[in-house]
Amino acid sequence: MNKNKEQLLNKRYRAERRFRLYGQSAIFMALLFLTIFIFKIFSTGYTAFQKTWLIVPVNFDAEMMMIDQNPSKEDLQDADYYDIALKSMADLDQNANDDQKNQLKRMVSYFFEKEIKNEILNDPSLIGKTKEVYLTASDDLDQVFKGNYPRDLPEDQRRVSDYQLKIFDQLVAKGKVESKFNISFFTYADSREAELAGIASSFMGSIFSILVCLMIAFPVAVLAAIYLEEFAPKNRFTDFIEVNINNLAAVPSIVFGLLGLGVLLAIFHLPRSTPLVGGITLSLMTLPTIIIAARASLKAVPPSIREAALAMGASRMQTTMHHTVPLSMPGTLSGTIIGLAQALGETAPLILIGMVAFVNTIPGSPMDPAASLPVQIYIWAESAERGFVEKVSACIMVLLGFLIIMNLFAQIIRHKFEKKWS
Amino acid sequence: MIKIKAKDVDVFYGKKQALYNISLDIEENQVTALIGPSGCGKSTFLRCLNRMNDVIDICNVKGEILINDFNINDKSCDVVRLREKIGMVFQKPNPFPKTLYENVSYGPTIHGMAQSKQEMDEIVETSLKKAALWEEVKDRLHEPGTGLSGGQQQRLCIARAISVRPEVILMDEPCSALDPIATAQIEELIDELKKEHTIIIVTHSMAQAARVSQNTGFFHLGHLIEHGPTDKIFKNPDNTKTQDYITGRFG
Repeated sequence: MNKNKEQLLNKRYRAERRFRLYGQSAIFMALLFLTIFIFKIFSTGYTAFQKTWLIVPVNFDAEMMMIDQNPSKEDLQDADYYDIALKSMADLDQNANDDQKNQLKRMVSYFFEKEIKNEILNDPSLIGKTKEVYLTASDDLDQVFKGNYPRDLPEDQRRVSDYQLKIFDQLVAKGKVESKFNISFFTYADSREAELAGIASSFMGSIFSILVCLMIAFPVAVLAAIYLEEFAPKNRFTDFIEVNINNLAAVPSIVFGLLGLGVLLAIFHLPRSTPLVGGITLSLMTLPTIIIAARASLKAVPPSIREAALAMGASRMQTTMHHTVPLSMPGTLSGTIIGLAQALGETAPLILIGMVAFVNTIPGSPMDPAASLPVQIYIWAESAERGFVEKVSACIMVLLGFLIIMNLFAQIIRHKFEKKWS
Repeated sequence: MIKIKAKDVDVFYGKKQALYNISLDIEENQVTALIGPSGCGKSTFLRCLNRMNDVIDICNVKGEILINDFNINDKSCDVVRLREKIGMVFQKPNPFPKTLYENVSYGPTIHGMAQSKQEMDEIVETSLKKAALWEEVKDRLHEPGTGLSGGQQQRLCIARAISVRPEVILMDEPCSALDPIATAQIEELIDELKKEHTIIIVTHSMAQAARVSQNTGFFHLGHLIEHGPTDKIFKNPDNTKTQDYITGRFG
């Protein structure tokens, strides 16, 4: 009898230990996948934050720039920089033939002319002198310098020629190649050239979309939640609405994209590819999330607070506005941020309303065409050039950073401002 | 003098009837205790008196309740005005999660009872003094009301209730969440308050009813079995059920 009891007890302990083990291995698996994912993204992406520059001596010859020795500001603006730019690249190899000169030119980005121009605009006294100028290396050489380029492939399978590699190696040996923090990744809009592509357009596009989304979804959702929770009679009709709000939260986002396409663009003729349309579409998606969060936090306000206010002779409106809503705000706000974070990561609806278009300008308002961060990831991931591989990961890092900050914010609001009641 | 006159009050929760034909007179400036076993309807009756049952969708109140000869169940009765006249203290202390000052000044603010900051300060001070809480909290009026002890919180709720100078104060088991010392303080307070207010108190403790009340009503299964002066109910009840409950044979 006693022995039986002991066996039973041991069995129960073993079952508990097994159960714990299952739980621990589940958590371990989850952490493992997360670590692999993050490691992969960081190891591919971190190089995108560095950019390779070639340091090339440029002779600012007034004659070649077609200006006189003491040019005005306008003259400098309008001067011809192409020839001196071309010449400084060609001068890297005195014996280069025409084809090789062409190859030398392609070692830098097509912005080289502009980079040289900026140099002299900053310091007009350079006229007639020679100065070493930092020129953005082409994306392929950038990858060569970062060690990501398969140099041992046969020449006809590479975009970088043996000649370019030879000159590049000479420059490296002379210390004329430098790697610096890639500011243009954050300040440039998208480009077909990987070395010049940046996230400024998609970042601003995301910000504008989220703001439009917030301005539409938040007031509508909060008012809907307050009405449903505090004022609406509980009957079959409101039950029906509640069920459908929950259903709405489960609708695939691409359906909202179709709605945006069919209604906002086709019927209301709002400007295509803009954060305005993107934001409205996303707000439809965020609406149910915020309503559900707001209702949950209104429900969490103890009824005793409402009773206390009502018993003091407060009207229902006063009870709601003075007590219930302020107490529910932390929960509502953190729910809103979570909803916005979801919207921030949304790609499919934005593709449908045209925010996938190639945009090489930085939007100044929600009415200007723009991309958004997740769509930018999609666009770059589709590009064949090697230089975009690291950019995809870097853009993912920026998006994830953004999301982490938002979620952190939601947590802080929830913990810091939530009132404790006895 | 009769302050409140309930005539044939029936209360339904959906289809379920919770109160049957309650007729009860309540004397002005006296304490009336409502006693009875759990679920007998005494709290439901109490909540009829300031129409707090309106909050419950499925609750339906029939019959007349006359306060100062005015039927509060009439359509023309404004609940906001009514609740200004009839204050309420709940079973569990429920101060607003705001400062002590804001808790007490809330009622006077929404009813526009103070013209200036000084007047409001005065109302807060007198209310807290009447609730015998002033000495304990006068230095921390701007700290949260939820930081007080249970007994202090309940006295804060009483101060809040009397801040709008109601004619009647309803108390729904105000001491059930408190320790004996806090209970004694509240009971003393009730004795003091009855000079200016008519008090109706629902209580589970028969000893408490005997200590604080002048009149007692005994509820059982939704019926008002017996009511009358407390002395009589406790010493010489007419009904055997009352007798059984008082002597602890059930309940």
